[in-house]
Amino acid sequence: MKSLEELRAIKEKMKASVNNRNENDDKVRIVVGMATCGIAAGARPVMTAFLDEIAKRGLENVAVTQTGCIGMCKLEPLVEVFLPGEEKVTYVKMTPEKAVRVVNDHVVNKNVVTEFTIGSAE
Amino acid sequence: MRELSLHILDIVQNSITAGAETITVEISEDLSANELKITIADNGCGMDEETLARVNGSFASSRTTRKIGMGIALFRAAAELSDGYLTLTSKKGEGTTTTAVFRHDSIDRMPLGDISGTMMLLAAKAHNFDLIYRHIWCGSEFVFSTKDIKEILEGSPIDSPEVLQYIQDYIHENLNELFGGERDEIS
Repeated sequence: MKSLEELRAIKEKMKASVNNRNENDDKVRIVVGMATCGIAAGARPVMTAFLDEIAKRGLENVAVTQTGCIGMCKLEPLVEVFLPGEEKVTYVKMTPEKAVRVVNDHVVNKNVVTEFTIGSAE
Repeated sequence: MRELSLHILDIVQNSITAGAETITVEISEDLSANELKITIADNGCGMDEETLARVNGSFASSRTTRKIGMGIALFRAAAELSDGYLTLTSKKGEGTTTTAVFRHDSIDRMPLGDISGTMMLLAAKAHNFDLIYRHIWCGSEFVFSTKDIKEILEGSPIDSPEVLQYIQDYIHENLNELFGGERDEIS
């Protein structure tokens, strides 16, 4: 049986990196709509894709969180991305593949992926 | 919904909204009785009899932004499609228990799906509550609790991507061990 021992090592590593980081660092926030509508439309694989990509790239100042129904169920899965000091960007009809691009282009390189946004969907 | 685990992800949100401190998800598979049972129990605010009757009757919601909800209705439909049923018991101030029973070998029973991914996403929200997941398979069981995780983390965030990835792998590996190998329906 896989034990929880490895988790201790992860915790120690996290503690070390927290101490090195400037606590005032502004965080990027990625919010995934995870109500019945989002889940049915495929929000879970989108959320896990965001987490995978962020862990893979070792991005430390990014938080991925869940919220309820964002309000446009026909465009689910919906994802909101908040970069510090910038306006919120809402992405629609997300997929795990699109999530990887949003991390690469938007979160890392600060270029909004315009073709996935709510503006180009409507 | 295409997987039972997506229904679980959805229904547990109700327990979180109800302000539960402990949420228990139990999946019990009894092949000799040809039964798969999912129980989601919480100690949240619960519902009075009137509300409970309304939820049992149709598409109901406690939200104020709109009048209908679909979570329970979809879960019930999934159970009934595979010769099963769904029961909902609740007591104001004590909590709510949702039980869905499925015929295990029914062709219309959805696959369990990505259980470890589902539990990982629920654990990511477990700041103000604890999640206990118990899976019973042919007499053996696997139990995962966010209490154990938090104890080891000693205040480090449970929702950091590294920890969540670990939780997902941990559950996935232990489930495979429980089932005695990979199972098609658990992706």
